[in-house]
Amino acid sequence: MATNMPADMVTSLVLILLLPLAGFAIQMFFGTRLPRKGDWLSTGLIGISLVLGIVMFIRTLGVFDAGYARQVHWPWIDIGGFRVGMGILFDNLTAVMLMVVGIVSFLVHLFSIGYLHGDVRYSRYFGYLGIFSFSMLGLVLCDNLLALYVFWELVGLSSYLLIGHWFEKKSASDAAKKAFLTTRIGDVGMFIGIMILYAKLGTFRFDEIFAAVADGEIGGSLLTWAGVGLFCGAIGKSAQFPLHVWLPDAMEGPTPVSALIHAATMVAAGVYMVGRLFLLFTPEALLVIAYIGLITAVMAASIAIVQTDIKKALAYSTISQLGYMITALGVGGYTAGLFHLMTHAFFKALLFLGSGSVIHAVHSQEMPDMGGLRKKMPVTFWTFLVATLAISGVPGLSGFFSKDMILGASLAFGMEHSSHLIIFLLLLVTAGVTAFYMFRVVFLTFLGRPRDEERYAHAHESPAVMTIPLTVLAVLAVGSAWGGWFQALVVKPELGQYRTAAVAPAVPGGEHGEAHAGEHHEAVHDETTIPDALHADPEGHETHVAGGDHADHGAAHRAHQIAMITSILAAGLGILLAWLFYGRRLFSAETVRRRLAAVHLLLSKKYYFDEIYAVGVVGTTLWVSRAARAFDTHVVDGAVNGTAWRARGFSWFIGLFDNTVIDGMVNGVAGTVTAWGRQFRRIQTGKIQNYLLGLVAVALILAFVRLVRGF
Amino acid sequence: MTGHVLSWTTFFPLIGMAVILAMPRNRPNLIKWTAAAASAVPLVLSVWIFVNFDRGEAGLQFVERVPWIRAFNIEYFMGIDGLSVPMVILTALLSFLCMFASWNINKMVKGYFALFLLLETGMMGVFCALDFFLFFVFWEVMLLPMYFLIGIWGGPRREYAAIKFFLYTLLGSVLMLLSMIALYLMHDPHTFDMTRLWTEYGVYGRTFQLIVYVALFIGFAIKVPVFPFHTWLPDAHVEAPTAISVILAGVLLKMGIYGMLRISYPILPVATVYFAYGLAVLGVINILYGALCAMAQKDLKKLVAYSSISHMGYCLLGMAALTPAGMNGAVLQMFNHGTTTAMLFLLVGVIYDRAHHRDIEGFGGLATQMPVYTGIVTVAFFASLGLPGLSGFISEALVFLGAFPVFQTLTIIAVIGIVLTAGYILWTLQRMFLGTLNEKYKSLPDINGRELFTLVPLAIIVIVLGVWPMPVLDLMRRSLGWIAEMAQRV
Repeated sequence: MATNMPADMVTSLVLILLLPLAGFAIQMFFGTRLPRKGDWLSTGLIGISLVLGIVMFIRTLGVFDAGYARQVHWPWIDIGGFRVGMGILFDNLTAVMLMVVGIVSFLVHLFSIGYLHGDVRYSRYFGYLGIFSFSMLGLVLCDNLLALYVFWELVGLSSYLLIGHWFEKKSASDAAKKAFLTTRIGDVGMFIGIMILYAKLGTFRFDEIFAAVADGEIGGSLLTWAGVGLFCGAIGKSAQFPLHVWLPDAMEGPTPVSALIHAATMVAAGVYMVGRLFLLFTPEALLVIAYIGLITAVMAASIAIVQTDIKKALAYSTISQLGYMITALGVGGYTAGLFHLMTHAFFKALLFLGSGSVIHAVHSQEMPDMGGLRKKMPVTFWTFLVATLAISGVPGLSGFFSKDMILGASLAFGMEHSSHLIIFLLLLVTAGVTAFYMFRVVFLTFLGRPRDEERYAHAHESPAVMTIPLTVLAVLAVGSAWGGWFQALVVKPELGQYRTAAVAPAVPGGEHGEAHAGEHHEAVHDETTIPDALHADPEGHETHVAGGDHADHGAAHRAHQIAMITSILAAGLGILLAWLFYGRRLFSAETVRRRLAAVHLLLSKKYYFDEIYAVGVVGTTLWVSRAARAFDTHVVDGAVNGTAWRARGFSWFIGLFDNTVIDGMVNGVAGTVTAWGRQFRRIQTGKIQNYLLGLVAVALILAFVRLVRGF
Repeated sequence: MTGHVLSWTTFFPLIGMAVILAMPRNRPNLIKWTAAAASAVPLVLSVWIFVNFDRGEAGLQFVERVPWIRAFNIEYFMGIDGLSVPMVILTALLSFLCMFASWNINKMVKGYFALFLLLETGMMGVFCALDFFLFFVFWEVMLLPMYFLIGIWGGPRREYAAIKFFLYTLLGSVLMLLSMIALYLMHDPHTFDMTRLWTEYGVYGRTFQLIVYVALFIGFAIKVPVFPFHTWLPDAHVEAPTAISVILAGVLLKMGIYGMLRISYPILPVATVYFAYGLAVLGVINILYGALCAMAQKDLKKLVAYSSISHMGYCLLGMAALTPAGMNGAVLQMFNHGTTTAMLFLLVGVIYDRAHHRDIEGFGGLATQMPVYTGIVTVAFFASLGLPGLSGFISEALVFLGAFPVFQTLTIIAVIGIVLTAGYILWTLQRMFLGTLNEKYKSLPDINGRELFTLVPLAIIVIVLGVWPMPVLDLMRRSLGWIAEMAQRV
């Protein structure tokens, strides 16, 4: 539970958040007029943000307490009966995320200076990177669901803008639109989840929601639906099955953007969200999460095998790895999933930036155009290799530790619930496949003989502004998981520690419900003094959390050992196969492809998701919209015009009647005058009905005149 | 002046109109500047009202009251509460900006600006009047200039559009008139005083309430417009000149919702609660049907018109829920839609002035040719699709959060609207602004200073209220709480 945040901390965190936003604003209005179009400014601002983030992180390390959390909360909207605040929640997870986002964002800024040199919208690009960094930092700093949704949408906006950076290309603008719309479908579910929780609990704050869950104010299927709804947001943003289709297309964006947004940070937001809200997912919801993640991991890995575009291969790899993290969280491997989020952010950003360096050199994304680039681009090669070893799970590198933890958690879950052992088995196979397709990329790109001599001849190592980020990320890809600090700091939260009513009777029960703003902090403060007592009561969380980390220690340890050995074997096997196919060329990939033509087609068509959606979703929606337009024009408006036509016909008849019959009967001026006089006298009777009659009559006359003259 | 601030705000444009009518026909610039000045005064006064409005008070403020037609107990009774204030400010702001958006009108300049100022008086009056008869008079005053402004200065099918608008609105007026008379006659003593009708609603029986509610509803629904009474709107919008479209969408549509909240809700609580679910259903139909129709449009202006239908659906859904979040969301949505849609229509006008057509498919790649214009379009479009950080999100979120506890299934269906909205907006953005530039628009000039002057204030409001909506919510929350309470006295 969080205690009040000291003022200097608030200042630092607000600065971290707002500096990139300032960069965005400056770039939008003055960017093109600044020297060097302001790239130094944006990079400098995110640099300051990063330094502050590192200071905060070191501070957190200094405390070294798994339960460390500080919170500040301000009122935002208060209309009486509806209140929502904005606040910052800073705990170990936030500290790690700030670091990850800051580091990758800063390095991507740096890399972009080289990669986008001379681009048509150079300053605008840096502006967009700024608003992305702002949104992403906001997403990890905020302390309530509504704020999370706000920043969630804003990262979506910046993703849209950056994917469509080269919007002259139809494919780029299509991809940008697809990304925004696909993720928004997930956001509908997320918003429904938020509505359910708010309608039931009257709060958006994470801590208050957890407290309500702990106190049993919400539970059962309602909580499951809320959890599944929220998870829909993650399905969209983290490109999980069945909404994963936007991420490969998003590779239309500049490669540094792919590294930052579509590999390291934004797409991991779904994982972060599931982690952040972990306590409100019921076992049923977690099971849904686990299987969605599993399907994603397996499916995407299989597609990655047949990709020839280096970025597409990495994109499917990202989807697969995100599925890995989601599965981990689903089986209760809280630490494992978030751990992999961090390690993946570093090595996947490195892989993307490395591919960017290659694309920069050979001006192609197709691996058949590459080969043998190792000699021309040593730094790129070696760093890329380090990242590949990390993602493959080679012992000693960061990816090994986190992947191993995930496999351990899923095996422990499978040992506890044997019907779900398949999760572990499929994840293990995926680990092998991952090693295979990643080494395939390395062999095809950097090793062997150059397949396109001309491109090879012009290839060159990238400038320092691009290779320095690669080197820094390589160091992190190797060592960021060393020392066990992550496992010690990011520990699965306990529902019990949020319990207010049952365990802490000293705090009046009613206070929690209406606790907003100031008074709440005190209530919270009191509770932090008795956390140990809460740990002793496992009831709440045993019923709530679906196993995983909770199997008894001996079993967990055994699971861990099995997982480690098998995962090393799987990785080794994958690497070996890749070498045999693409290094030694002992087997011919071509032969396998011909033998398994149907499978290859299915994979290279990405299981036909795009085609199915194009017809089933996009086509249907457009058809319905055209039907609605036709209905509107012909039926609704047709009825209106039809009425007008009938009125017109009727008035023509009346007119005829008036001219021949009435007028024929009225003879002489005197008669007419008398009639008019009578009319006028009637108007002045003061009867309001007459006014109405007059109004209708005027309307009819006007209509008559207009209609007779034709529309 | 401050004692009669509402009268000044309402009738100052009329003074401007008189001055313009006295001016020589051949001095168009003088006429334009006079009109701008005449609409600037209400704007200044509305800012004064914004500053001096007592936010802690739920009741009426700045009240002016004099007997008018004693025989029928009709009074000149003006006053505003939290429901009216945002509308008064919106009306003053949009009228002022629209004078500048009308700058390139050169057909019968004198008549145009005179009618425009008369229109402003009518609109202001509707939002300030507290005597039902006076309300009705202003309502009708507004109708006439609107008819001519569309019918004379409109596009090719202006006469059809104008007559359609006129007849439709007249039908609404007749129903409203009937309801008004019924309410008047059934009340003892006979009165048009809304404040008395609110408090003494008990004299009306259940059946009577239901009938009057329906009659009033159709009258107001035509203005909103609620499906299936909406087909006048796309025609009127497409044919009307830019500034008039802005006023139509920005102010006139709000009068339907305003009328329901001002008159139906407090006077007919039994019927309000009885029909709440139906109102919510219509709201959801508006949201989805409007969005779907918008998606299929080829004419940009028609697309924006249908998007208005969709966005007004949020107001219906929110107000039907009668919860604090729902009510405040609905009225905030009125204000936000007013600013956003005004931007959109102004932006349509900008491109129409340059390219002389509005066919979405006929553009492409404008982002490279007109970057500033594209930037402002992006702000308006994203505000319209409810992007957080811009004003539309807050009101939509409030509506959803307020409606969900009351109408769960309906709200879940309505949330799908956010995907459809994003769909037609991004698709339009792509077709018009992204891709390669159409050769024939190689020399299209970017947005000019006058156009920026009309758009930038609105963009600033859209952004500020997206981040910090309390200035508007503070104005209205107490009064809306009171209205919700009045509507639930069953």
